[in-house]
Amino acid sequence: MHVARVVGTVVSTRKDENLVGLKLLLVQPLTPDRQPAGRPLVAVDAVGAGVGEEVFFVRGKEAAFPYYPVAPPVDAGIVGIVDHWDVEPPRAGR
Amino acid sequence: MQIGRVVGTVVSTQKHPKFEGAKLLLVQPLNLDDTPRGAALLAVDGVGAGVTEKVLIVLEGRAAGEALGRKAAPVDAAIIGIIDTVDVQP
Repeated sequence: MHVARVVGTVVSTRKDENLVGLKLLLVQPLTPDRQPAGRPLVAVDAVGAGVGEEVFFVRGKEAAFPYYPVAPPVDAGIVGIVDHWDVEPPRAGR
Repeated sequence: MQIGRVVGTVVSTQKHPKFEGAKLLLVQPLNLDDTPRGAALLAVDGVGAGVTEKVLIVLEGRAAGEALGRKAAPVDAAIIGIIDTVDVQP
């Protein structure tokens, strides 16, 4: 999984029928110091996240598991909203 | 499987039910010389690892679900071991 910030919403009307009713959000993956890591991507939302929140998302076919037995054709899905995260600063000589 | 170092903890209340009770740790994958490689990732902890420890991670859904002890869990990374030593033959 990866930590990311929700930076936008995506609306699609004509789409695969298994995507009907799913919320699509634009997420920007983050590094441990909260800087953008790589390019933003579109993820389905399984937990009710909103723009501006920090979330974590899963990649691959597991992104479809929250919708079982329906198998929407997705490759990234938000599965949790981050309350807070603590990062240990790197130390020399460990 | 890959070698990484635990660099942080993540707390989440609102999450998919399959994550209930799971510990989430931020892991930085490492090169063999212990330098960081690529982006840090979030993994469920199956072995009781802690911050700064060197760990063995799987980056595959079925294996990660097994580590969590739950089938069809929406996870793609898990810590499955704490590494004592790594010996690299030159």
